[in-house]
Amino acid sequence: MRPEVDEVKKPKQSALEVAVLVSVGRHPVTGRARRADQDARGVELALTLDEARVTLLHAGALDEQSEGALRGYLGMGLPALTLIEQPQGADVLDALAGTLGDARPQLVIAGERAEQGEGSGMLPYLLAERLGWPLVGGLAAVEKVEDGVATLLQALPRGQRRRLQVRLPAIVTVDAAASAARQSAFGPARRGAIETEAAAMTWDEAMPEWKVSPARKRPKRLKIVKATSARERFKAAAAKAEGGGGQVLTDATPEQGAEAIFKLLKEEGVLR
Amino acid sequence: MSEIIRRDPRKEWIARNRLHPDHLSVLAELGEGTAATEWMGPNGVIRRNPHAVGFVGPNGVKRIDRSGAQQGGHAAPGAAAQAKESRRQVTIDEPAFLVAVVPDLPGGRLSSHDRDLLGLARQLADADGERPGAVLAVVFAGQEREGGAELEAVGLGDAGVDRLIALDGDAFDGYAPEARLAALSAVEDAFAPRHWLLPDSKLGGADLGRRLAARLRERPATSVWQIEPDETAALGWRCTGRGAAGTSDIQRALPRVVLALAECAEPVAETRHAAQALALAQPLPPLLARIEDLGPVAVDPAGVALSEAEFILSAGNGVKDWEGFHHAAEVLGATEGASRVAVDDGFMPRDRQVGATGTWVTARVYLAVGISGAIQHLQGIQSCDKVVAINLDPGCDMIKRADLAVIGDAASILAALVEKVQRQREEKRDAA
Ligand SMILES: Cc1cc2nc3c(=O)[nH]c(=O)nc-3n(C[C@H](O)[C@H](O)[C@H](O)COP(=O)(O)OP(=O)(O)OC[C@H]3O[C@@H](n4cnc5c(N)ncnc54)[C@H](O)[C@@H]3O)c2cc1C
Repeated sequence: MRPEVDEVKKPKQSALEVAVLVSVGRHPVTGRARRADQDARGVELALTLDEARVTLLHAGALDEQSEGALRGYLGMGLPALTLIEQPQGADVLDALAGTLGDARPQLVIAGERAEQGEGSGMLPYLLAERLGWPLVGGLAAVEKVEDGVATLLQALPRGQRRRLQVRLPAIVTVDAAASAARQSAFGPARRGAIETEAAAMTWDEAMPEWKVSPARKRPKRLKIVKATSARERFKAAAAKAEGGGGQVLTDATPEQGAEAIFKLLKEEGVLR
Repeated sequence: MSEIIRRDPRKEWIARNRLHPDHLSVLAELGEGTAATEWMGPNGVIRRNPHAVGFVGPNGVKRIDRSGAQQGGHAAPGAAAQAKESRRQVTIDEPAFLVAVVPDLPGGRLSSHDRDLLGLARQLADADGERPGAVLAVVFAGQEREGGAELEAVGLGDAGVDRLIALDGDAFDGYAPEARLAALSAVEDAFAPRHWLLPDSKLGGADLGRRLAARLRERPATSVWQIEPDETAALGWRCTGRGAAGTSDIQRALPRVVLALAECAEPVAETRHAAQALALAQPLPPLLARIEDLGPVAVDPAGVALSEAEFILSAGNGVKDWEGFHHAAEVLGATEGASRVAVDDGFMPRDRQVGATGTWVTARVYLAVGISGAIQHLQGIQSCDKVVAINLDPGCDMIKRADLAVIGDAASILAALVEKVQRQREEKRDAA
């Protein structure tokens, strides 16, 4: 998307105001700052919306590392990013809620969890509670936005999808089920502007009291065999096919067999 | 039966004399192991009688079974009864506090994640033996209707639930986070549980739990996988959870709202609890839902990754009619899988292979057509919920694993199943 296209869109009245909350990610292997994967997917989602005016919002400190990461989002084809300046260790909730409350976008897109810090995924929920907006999590796509109502596609586990309707303004979060983010281009990333804004600041007081360490490998759960005798222990260790409690239909006609299978499928709710 | 042991010297004599015609029946009656093989001697030393060990087999040869399974004919029924009643019944009449748990109950059943969470809740509740707390499960009845299972059959009591609030109503069906949150808030107002535990599972407890935490203005601990007692903490516990997309561990005092990962604790195995029903005194206030669930969207089952698929129709060497098989998969809306033989023979693509060298699947229903159930294949379907087998051979291993097995020709049974499903759909359409 070139900047001119945006210029053409801006005067339109019906433009959908979309704010995307972006954070500084962390590469899982190298640990370097990068654009966060889920947030980038959120930006991608916003860019694919029709007639949307997209603003990027980040609350945090601006330094060399984070600037590189934030420019990664600009490289996706956006002219500017708004940075609400907050020092390291601040609780950004107040700042973001204030800015969003003033700007009143219709749709706020965020990632599910941050790649740094606590990464609890609470921020969108707290924002929704504070602003009193509905929140929909785990989005795969936005199908359409009409008359202040958005039709969304939510990603369920096991590759399933669910269609939802939500009244705007709303907050949505995207995860790995949304389509992958486009490449960040170097030129637009360099040219894009980072507009800093000042905001009130609150410290996160609880966090310094916690002990944070690199993730330990979780112990693998052992199969606990409650056996009183060696035979049972051996049988448990060498068990091939457990069960035996299953129902076996011999000498059934194909119709009867089909009937039984059909019943089970219905009970399990896998047939639509 | 009385505890007094009565001896019958004649029977004992017959039991010693293996040439006596009544020897076997008397042996069975006496339960063989009655002759003490071990006893405490007068000086406190354990004495053994090696001759009393074992039993005489059908050919008159003495056999010793060291597994203990056959020792003592009358010990066995006792052991069986014990196995049945090995769970200790626990009732907590006046709990000192409540630990609220909101299980996901996917498909109306307790998932292993739910069980782990209930185990964690028990840890919290039972920490102080003098003043035990009670585990309160809040379940949404709409959830269990889906699978058709009854709430009693879910086995909440065995999983460690003392008190149960079942919330009924259409409002909770589907994706209804607002209604559920309102209900949980009502529970909070009515019972004020000391802890709230939810599974940190996608779109289940993870979503609801964060909403609840935001509503209660509590800062939750998320992705918790371990808790330990800690005197200095406000609630007496300390927890460890994952942070920063799983790359760090955060140790902190246990907050009120906890979202825990799977395997956060051992599930309850030794006790049985009352699962006594409670009710909310006040009806839930009406709610203007801003999120509307328009129902599931048909996805192309062929596009779903095999490891994620919920319903797999898998073909083996016994499938001859491939057209019919693909048609059946399409009609049933199942994702296709295959055994190695079907893949090697070129009937199915490599990425559809299930098993040790293929994909490990987690389907809710695995329908195996003409698959013998080689160990390499069975490994791949270990975590499947229900296995259905269609096979000609009633003795094969797949039948042993299956919850439902139909013996017969694969092609005709599949055809009958397809016809049945299509007929059912037409009836539904006509009725609508
Ligand atoms: C190192 C190694 C790794 C392997 N990894 C895998 C793996 O990952 N996955 C895998 O699947 N296999 C694997 N195998 C192969 C595995 O050992 C078996 O050979 C294979 O699973 C057998 O496939 P099958 O059950 O389809 O065929 P068969 O064993 O030939 O079974 C066919 C079954 O179909 C039934 N049948 C025949 N005709 C009909 C009919 N008309 N109607 C109904 N039923 C009928 C028969 O009774 C029989 O039970 C591996 C083997 C090795 C050595």
